[in-house]
Parts: sequence; structure tokens; C-alpha cells
Amino acid sequence: MLSPAFLSQLRKLLPDHCVLHAREDLVPFESDGLSAYRNTPDVVALPENESQVAAILRLCHANQVAVVARGAGTGLAAGALPVDGAVLLVLSKLNQIRHIDPLARTATVQPGVRNLAISEAAAVHGLYYAPDPSSQIACSIGGNVAENSGGVHCLKYGLTVHNILKLRVWTIAGELLEIGSDTLDSPGYDLLALMTGSEGMLAVITEVTVKLLPRPQRAQVVLAAFDDVAKAGAAVGNIIAAGVIPAGLEMMDRLAIQAAEAFVHAGYPLDCEALLLCEVDGVNEEVSDDIFTVHEVLAASGAIEIHTAESEEQRLRFWAGRKAAFPAVGRLAPDYYCMDGTIPRAQLPHVLRRISEMSVEFGLAVANVFHAGDGNLHPLILFDANQPGELHQAEAFGSKILELCVEVGGTITGEHGVGLEKINQMCAQFATPELTRFHEVKAAFDPDTLLNPGKAVPELHRCAEWGAMHIHGGQLPHPELPRF
Amino acid sequence: MLETFIDRIRAAHAEDSPLILQGGGSKTFYGNADEGEVLSTRTLTGIVDYQSKELVLTARAGTPLAEIETALAERNQMLAFEPPHFGGAATLGGSIATGLSGPRRPYAGAARDFVLGVRMIDGTGQPLRFGGQVIKNVAGYDVSRLMAGALGTLGLITEVSLKVLPKPAAETTLQFELDETTAIENMNRWAGQPLPLSATSWHAGLLTVRLSGAESAVHGAQARLGGELLHDAAAFWQRLRDQATPFFDKRPLWRLAVKPTTPPLNLGSAVWIEWGGAVRWLASDLPAATLRDAAKIAGGHATLFRGSAPIDGAFAPLAPALRALHRNLKQRFDPKGILNRGRLYPEF
Repeated sequence: MLSPAFLSQLRKLLPDHCVLHAREDLVPFESDGLSAYRNTPDVVALPENESQVAAILRLCHANQVAVVARGAGTGLAAGALPVDGAVLLVLSKLNQIRHIDPLARTATVQPGVRNLAISEAAAVHGLYYAPDPSSQIACSIGGNVAENSGGVHCLKYGLTVHNILKLRVWTIAGELLEIGSDTLDSPGYDLLALMTGSEGMLAVITEVTVKLLPRPQRAQVVLAAFDDVAKAGAAVGNIIAAGVIPAGLEMMDRLAIQAAEAFVHAGYPLDCEALLLCEVDGVNEEVSDDIFTVHEVLAASGAIEIHTAESEEQRLRFWAGRKAAFPAVGRLAPDYYCMDGTIPRAQLPHVLRRISEMSVEFGLAVANVFHAGDGNLHPLILFDANQPGELHQAEAFGSKILELCVEVGGTITGEHGVGLEKINQMCAQFATPELTRFHEVKAAFDPDTLLNPGKAVPELHRCAEWGAMHIHGGQLPHPELPRF
Repeated sequence: MLETFIDRIRAAHAEDSPLILQGGGSKTFYGNADEGEVLSTRTLTGIVDYQSKELVLTARAGTPLAEIETALAERNQMLAFEPPHFGGAATLGGSIATGLSGPRRPYAGAARDFVLGVRMIDGTGQPLRFGGQVIKNVAGYDVSRLMAGALGTLGLITEVSLKVLPKPAAETTLQFELDETTAIENMNRWAGQPLPLSATSWHAGLLTVRLSGAESAVHGAQARLGGELLHDAAAFWQRLRDQATPFFDKRPLWRLAVKPTTPPLNLGSAVWIEWGGAVRWLASDLPAATLRDAAKIAGGHATLFRGSAPIDGAFAPLAPALRALHRNLKQRFDPKGILNRGRLYPEF
């Protein structure tokens, strides 16, 4: 609990309407997009400008009070889950687009600006901001930087880390760091890379300068159906081997296809095991060439049906199915749990086979949606939280999937981040020396562990305890650590 | 094999004796003069894994760039950041440690953008592994990219995994006689349009533009932009990449990185512009402070890239808070400061 003395000092820093402490005002902030994790914050601070952010951080630092930064709250890993005794620092009121420079192709914006709002503001110049996480209508750029968000187009256009130039961030001590620059590099260490994806653990972002790209002249999509997921997976590799880097390359399995088709009537073939959506974009002539190549490769890879969208309307309808896949799957069961592992694509048939075996073991159905181009797999585990034990089963199933991803040479999170959700699986992915370095990197920024404590990087004793319960193949992970 | 390096760094750590990390030695000029015994990665060679369909290549640090590029070319792929070779012996480890990229950088990305994972040995002799062999990975802090451009001061890179890309089907280079102001403006204006740009250069009244992509796209852009076709263009870009033209022989050679739209700097020396206007090369005897101020005002920074004598202030000084953070990070990875001591900043 925060002391009344601290709260009264906090109230002095901000106008009344910017400090929330009544229970009914706090409830909306008790979780991010992963609502299985909830904790009512002690207090919510909603600063309206940068100097208020700095003042809050200095106050918290002086009183050794923890701070959890939060943007739009669309995260899917409980990264912005409130921590007991901490201030929840919500940056959504810092929502101004400061400046767009069309000739230099940059936009300088506050962290609470929505991802899509940047592209909307840049559209008049024929420019856009490329990373487009599915939540782009709601998620904000500060959170995108904190999570290194991706999206459907990142195989070709990169992640957040590839699309930002400069940050203004504040350390917990209330010190300003200007990271990056208006040019393409900066002297010294690449702190821009280090900050991107750091999940609110290192510093608080108050301004982001992003790169803008010229809007592609044309986009075209091809849909292909396969009677076997392995063939669909191989087709993805064949497209890339033919020298085409698609703007988007998505795969869905049978259950996901059927759910999406029933929900939005996208025109998907139903009698197939896997569906590929391959979008190419660029200048007009290039798109025509690439579509021809993609068509040939898909046919040679054994697609049983191939359709090129014949109009912009049809292209959007093909995508509508994919984009609605999550809510569509949500109609099949009261709840679903979305996982976010990345695997080397060649491992896809093996991983999907193991997932369907586990689905039987755990007694829970699973639909798979796959950013096939970059190997980012989103299994959606169906369950009913009202059935005793089912949430726990879904979580246990999810853990197994993530461990499988690590086993085949992949990672536990491709784009959603670790947060609190995957903190145990970090123990499967990293050994003690690496985890120690992560803690040291944090300590270099935040020696008192006040920013988002307990998230993203597990304490070593936590790994020891978790490891004791997960003896794998007779081998104990982290054998060097004392147990309990 | 790795054990030799671990033992050597452990011993150096124990004895507090500095090491100079070196690959092919093609970039020893870059950064401040350092001190210590040379630890060469030239025995640490070989492509460990190359999955062209996954767009991922993993190789040991001492592998010559040339060997990697040959292997990639066999499957019609490339390192899209077009790393400089500077004379031929450049290695993968050195390319990543210096973080230097070539003419394609503004359009395809920098060395750091393609790093997916590293294996390294820190300044205590601890082997570490960060990132991986997959394109999307947000587990843990991005220490792999932090290693890019750190000039070996945080650890010896022993292995790197990179994202690679297909080679463009067609490439063409056009030249335009233009003054500096108009050239800078065109570079920026064209970059804001859907054109397949892959490199830009301006020097001595000549704007040179490379287009890469599908045959049809390159031809379409060529028809739109006009200009004169440059024959032997591959050699032109390679010489620029490797600074193998007399312009770059002069000393001291400064690299001013600026906001790309910055108008001509007019610093009294001939200038070579690259990267869509974002980099201005010049040989200048002006005081470092003058050049650093000019770059800073233009939103960037100045680097003393090549000097006639050993350099002691290659990189623009950092603001106090950033400097403290750098020292702090260095301390965590290399507590005794034995790795490339002074190479990045004299104080560590």
C-alpha cells in the first residue's frame, strides 16, 4: 500500500482529474489485453505533459516507490499489469502528433498517439508508418516501442526497432536521455535497440520519432488452399527461394479457416487443411511480376486451389477473414488463450503435429494462425474459464507449446513480449549467465529495480523453483542454483 | 576452439591486461587508438548454418565477408546492408562489431537491423548467447543489436546470425548533372515516392542513383527519372562502399551524419554525399569542435573516420547522462575494461 503522505505529494504534482484513486476509477486499469491476469492498481497517474512525467518519476525514486508504465493497455502478456504498492503511470494523455516532416519522412509523436493515427496523419503526404500490429486502431506508439511490436507486414518492412529514429526517455531518477538522432545512426552504444522491446523496465518514453515510408502504389493478394499443412509450409519457403519477399504471408489451419469463414464469409475454401494468404506490394509493374511468380510457385508446391483477388474489394475480403480470425475463434468457445512463439519455419509440420497431440492430452481444442513469413505462430487455445481448472489447463498447455518452440530452435515470444505471462518460460529459453546479464542491463538504468518490477526477466530463484517442477528428459535446468 | 578464446579472456581479466580484438584487420583505422595484445578471430571461421528459405545465415566471427557473400550469391541472396570490405580481409565479426554499412543502408537497413542473434564472450571470459535464428524474437533485452557498433568493448563476438535477403532481379544506375542543393532535394523527394531506390551518391556535380528490384520496376523508374545510364555501375558502388577512390585518401577524413534534408554544409572542403543526404564525407582541417557543432546543429554527429595519426577522439562526445549510462553498461560486461580499451571512448 502507498502511504497517505506519498499520495498527497503525488496529488500536488498533477491536476485532480489526473490522479485516480477511487476504486471504481481504478478497475478499468486492473489488466491489459490479457485479462486472465488482474490486479487493481493502488493509484493511477495520468500526466498531461513531459514535465509531469519527470516529476512523478523523481517523486517515486525519492520514495522508492515502483512505477509501471502503461500505454493503451492492449498488450497481451500482462506487461502493464499493476504491481502492488506501485504507481500505474498511464501515458495515454500524451497524445499529440508534434511534427511531421514529409521531405525527411519522419513523424515526431508523443507516446500515447495511436499507431494508426500516425499513418492517417501522414497519408496526405503519401506516406505511412509501416509496423501494423493487429491492435493498431487502439495500441499506442509508446507501447509499440516498449514491446517492439510487429504485425502482418514485418517480414518485408521490419519491426518497430527498424522503423524508429529517436526517443526521449526518462530514467527512474528523472533524468532525460535523448536516444538516437535525426540521422541514421548515433555515436556510442545502440541504446535505441536496447530500449525497443524493453517492456517498461529501463526508462519511460515521452517522445518517439518514427520513419515514414512512401505508400506502395499497389497491393495484391493471392489465396491458396492446401490439403496438407506441410505442403503449405514448404510453399512459403519456395516463394522466398524464388526471390519474392511478400508484404504479408499468413497461414491458417483448418479450425481457424472454418471459424473465420463462418464469421465473416471471406470466401475461403473449406475443404482444406491450410490456407495461405500472400500479399505483394510495390510499384505497379513489380506487383504484376511478383503475382505471376507467386502463382507459379504455389501451383508447383501442390496448392489445390489458387485465387488472385480480382478487385480491391475482394482483396480486403480475403484479409478480413484473417484479421477476424481471433474473434472468429472466440465464437467457438467462451474463452481463448493466444500464444506467441516463433519457430524456424521448417519445423512447422513437426510443431503443428505436436500441438495437435497435446491438444488431445489436455482435452482442449486449438486453432493455429501463423505469420508464416517470419515463423511467428499464434496457437489459440480454446477453453471455458467458468469450468473449474480449465484456465489452469489452458495455461499449462500454452507453457508446453512455448517450451516446444524453444526446443526446435525458436523463441517463446515473437511479438507480444514476456510481461508476467511468460516469465517462467524465460527460464527455458535463457541460462543463468544470460539472465544475469539482463538483470545487469536493467541495473545500469534502474539500480533500485523500481520500473515494472517482476516483469520480463525472471529472478534466478524463480527459475530454480520453476525448474524443479519441470525436469525434462532427466535433466534439471539451472542445476547450479540452490533450490527453494 | 572456443575454449582458447574463453581461456585467453579469462586470463586477461585475471591479470588486468588489455586485449585488442581483431578480425581481418581491415578496419583498424576506425575508432580511437587502443592498447594491448591482439586477439585475432581469424581461426574462428566457417558458416555454421545457412537456411536460404528461412532467410537466416549463421557464421563464426572470423569468417571472411567474401566467403559469406559467395555462399549467399550461390542461392541468389545477399547481405542487404552491403558491408564495406575496405581492402578485402573484412570478417563478419568485424563488420558487426563496427556496425558499418554500405550504400544500400538507407533503403534496406543497417548492419544492426539484420542481426538476429550473437554468441559472444564478455570481459570476464563468460560465454553468452543472445537472440537466435528466427526473424521475430522479443524475449529479453536486445543485447545482440547492442553488440552491433559497440566496437568489441562489451564482448568478443564469436558467432552471428543474420537475416539475409534475395538479390534484386535487376539493377540499374543513373547519373544526373546537378548542383548540391538540388541533388539533396531530389534524393529526399524521390525517397518519399514509390521508387525502387537502393543507393544514392553526389559528388562534384554528379548525382548517382541506383535502382534495384524487379526488371519491370527498375525500367519503369528509369523511364520516369531520366538521367544517363552509368555503365560499370557495380564497380562504382563497390569503390564507394570500400572508399577506394582518391577522394577518401585525404586525411583527416570526417564523416558528418546529419538529417538527410540538411542543405549544403559549406564547410570549405569538397564533399561526397551518401545515404540519401544523411552522410557527408569531407577531408577537413577545421577544428573538431567546428565540425561537431555543424553536425549537431544538423541533427546528427561527426566522426573522425580516418586520421593521419592515431586518433584520440573519433566519436562525438556524449551528453553527461548518456556517458554515465555507457560507463555503467561497459562496467557490467567488462568490469576491468580489458576489451578494446579506449577504442570507443578514451575513458573506457
